[in-house]
Amino acid sequence: MTRGLKLAYICVLLALLLAPLIVVTGVSLNGAQSLRFPPQDLSLKWYGALFHDREWLVPLMNSLIIASCAAALAVAIAAPLALYAWERGGLVARLLTGLGLAPFALPPVISALGFMIFWMTVGGYGQIWATIVSHGVFLVTLPLVTISLGLKATDRALIEAARVMGADRMTVLRTVIGPLLLPYVVSGYAFAFVLSLNEYIIAYMVAGFTVETLPIKIFNALRYGYTPILGVVSVIFAALAALVFGLIGRFGNLPRLMGAERVRDE
Amino acid sequence: MTELRIEGLSKRFGTYLALDDVSITIPNGKFVCLLGPSGCGKTTLLRLIAGLETPSEGRILVGGTDLSAVPSHKRGMGMVFQSLALFPHLDVAENIAYPLAIRGTDRATRQATAARLLDLVKLPGMGGRRIHQLSGGQRQRVAIARGLAIDPKVFLLDEPLSALDAGLREHMQIELRQIQQSLGVTTVVVTHDQKEALTMADLVIVMKDGKVQQAGTPMEIYHAPANAFVADFIGNTNLMPCRWDGQAIEVLGHRLAPAEGDRIAAAPGLAQLSVRPEHVEIAAPGTGFAAEITFIRDLGESVHFVTRCGAQVITAQVAPGARPPFGVGDAVSLSFRPGKRVVLA
Amino acid sequence: MTHLAEPETAVPRWIALWPALMLGLFFLVPFGIMLSVSVAHRVEGGFFEPGFEWASYIRFLTPFFGRVLAVSLGISLAAAAICVVLAFPFTVFLASMSRSVQTRVLVVLLSVLSLSEVIIGFSLSTLLSQTAGIGNLFAAIGLIDAPRAYTPSLFALLTGLCYLGFPFAVLVLYAPVSRLDPEIVEAARVMGASAARAFFGVVVPLQRGALTGAFILVFVFTLGSYLLPQLLGRPGHWTLSVHITDQAIYQANLPFAAAMSVFLMLVALALVGLASLAGRDRGAA
Repeated sequence: MTRGLKLAYICVLLALLLAPLIVVTGVSLNGAQSLRFPPQDLSLKWYGALFHDREWLVPLMNSLIIASCAAALAVAIAAPLALYAWERGGLVARLLTGLGLAPFALPPVISALGFMIFWMTVGGYGQIWATIVSHGVFLVTLPLVTISLGLKATDRALIEAARVMGADRMTVLRTVIGPLLLPYVVSGYAFAFVLSLNEYIIAYMVAGFTVETLPIKIFNALRYGYTPILGVVSVIFAALAALVFGLIGRFGNLPRLMGAERVRDE
Repeated sequence: MTELRIEGLSKRFGTYLALDDVSITIPNGKFVCLLGPSGCGKTTLLRLIAGLETPSEGRILVGGTDLSAVPSHKRGMGMVFQSLALFPHLDVAENIAYPLAIRGTDRATRQATAARLLDLVKLPGMGGRRIHQLSGGQRQRVAIARGLAIDPKVFLLDEPLSALDAGLREHMQIELRQIQQSLGVTTVVVTHDQKEALTMADLVIVMKDGKVQQAGTPMEIYHAPANAFVADFIGNTNLMPCRWDGQAIEVLGHRLAPAEGDRIAAAPGLAQLSVRPEHVEIAAPGTGFAAEITFIRDLGESVHFVTRCGAQVITAQVAPGARPPFGVGDAVSLSFRPGKRVVLA
Repeated sequence: MTHLAEPETAVPRWIALWPALMLGLFFLVPFGIMLSVSVAHRVEGGFFEPGFEWASYIRFLTPFFGRVLAVSLGISLAAAAICVVLAFPFTVFLASMSRSVQTRVLVVLLSVLSLSEVIIGFSLSTLLSQTAGIGNLFAAIGLIDAPRAYTPSLFALLTGLCYLGFPFAVLVLYAPVSRLDPEIVEAARVMGASAARAFFGVVVPLQRGALTGAFILVFVFTLGSYLLPQLLGRPGHWTLSVHITDQAIYQANLPFAAAMSVFLMLVALALVGLASLAGRDRGAA
């Protein structure tokens, strides 16, 4: 099969993936409160509306607060875990790693119900910090995977070299391991951030009635009819995700992060 | 005075004995090569000296101080790793000045030291380069410079040149030796390349199975190997089973009387005769060992005749100018030059 | 015997305490509570009271639950199969592209994958709607008489699940496929195999384990879909995830929701275990 045909197959499927987003982008540009495609009397007024309407601003802020804190928490749990597993191996490390990977490998409704019952039992149900902690634990998997990949790519001789040259444990962490892992930590944070922003069911079951996040707000709005503002939010979400992953792709090695071992450079 | 003394050093990994009761003294300022096949314990010994492994038994003394309880980062050694272990997130000068930076040395001193060492390893002005911009040979030089940055008491190198291609490797061997001599730092290099050891070292320590087989100058090791393993490992040699009865050497059906210069390093009984290829003479069939040529290897600088004498393979090496007119399949007669024969246990 | 300094490791042992505490407290404990709730006694109109009974699990034997399970599994199986069949050639082709192409495609896939289900549901229902969707396009080119809506329907739901699962399938397949030695395919070609023959005779068998693993993982992934069945499907197409939430929040029957959760988790764990076995099989082959 020629390269052209391969590329064509890839492009057709990508086009199918992008089609709904293109329609939604078009819809968001409608002037009137209707969903038409192609859009009629083009206008950006719904974009302005989103940032002026308290009804949408509050969920937006909630989502941003939850995502930024939860991603930080996920990294804070994942980094020491990845370091420990890399350094020691053994049963404890494997068990902990499995525990870190489990929430993400299971259907999220399981974790969601678990968190809901937990927060109902210990208090915290309906609080924003409960959503943050729940998201943080749920998303540990992502930084755990990226940081572990970074450690796997780290030559242990670098650490031995630093030690022989006089660096103690903390100095090695500060001057060698830390800087080398930084790109992986950042991408792990970015992955967790984007996924937290888009996560629905855990946020809904833990605090859905009191702390509205953007996905919850969209779903609630859908019940009362579709408006172009929903298109605006979707466009912003897709653009934000593309921006974050685009940055990772630009400054990091995305194929490697996804597990490729050899990639042809141009 | 930084004499390095190893006393009764052993290292066990589980049930595996990687290093078996090794004792060596390395005088101040000497260049020592630990030489042996892979798995002989040479790298383990180096890592024990660096403090990267804990000895199971024994002591390591530098300048009379026992280092056994001193952690690696307080031993004040310089080390070059096989993978070089240059920090990819730092530039060349920052790599070289790393040991100074973590000791809190001021910026000006660090820059001056890096510049001085870059001159020493013939990379002047390269301090601002990133590691990935350097060639293999340049990385090698940076790693050496970094190992020397704190004026180490002992300079350790683990197969430092193994990643370089043959030509560059020989060049770096000479340069490394010159740097070491100019600084007079006690240096220990691990290598499996006997040529490298003979080129650089004041003292060669041949190891096998965690034990020291022989320690001596390159010429001692080459001309007076302590046993068959050393003879075979250092340079090429023909090893033949023989019998030494105290009067003569019985080998391949011949009795050879020892001549002046022959070394007998075995008690009477079964032994091994070692004769280097350059000491095997090849001639038309006559009174010597009857053999048949099976292969001719012409390397330009020398010609190797591989022959079979019964079941024994014997290689004779001659200079190209003195090449006898034999071809594969010809019957020849071999003799071992008197004074160059070594009987080993 | 003198005391010998143990070489210090790069990180101290106690560093594991913090992640262990967090994961234990916020993952294991909630799961434990959920287990205990699943056997608790349901109080009509309220929540539940502590107890030990199998009542919630016995409800699995009802025809209602059987139908839910069949629908849930059937829809997810179909979606997973479609995803893997589409994604495998996609991934193989992608892995042969240059790094910059791969990076760009990965950015698109990751962006789509991270999109909230609610946005995917909204986008697709817009695309399939009467006013803004492909119905318009079909009507415009004369394929149908008047624009019509294709949602809600089973077709719309399957489309949504494939939209959700396809990027995931590619990313799961990406690592094993990109590790495949291209010289193996080249060797087959040199020995006279056609491109198709090399693909089906060499690449597919070599990746059988990865394909099985990906199929199962995509299956579990789509099984977790919660919003799409509500946005794109009819009530008859509700999946287990929807029923769990429905029981927990709207029917206030936490024990039954917990029991269904435990059941779903066992199924998922068994399948994920199978998938990792299939992946390992590839390494041994």
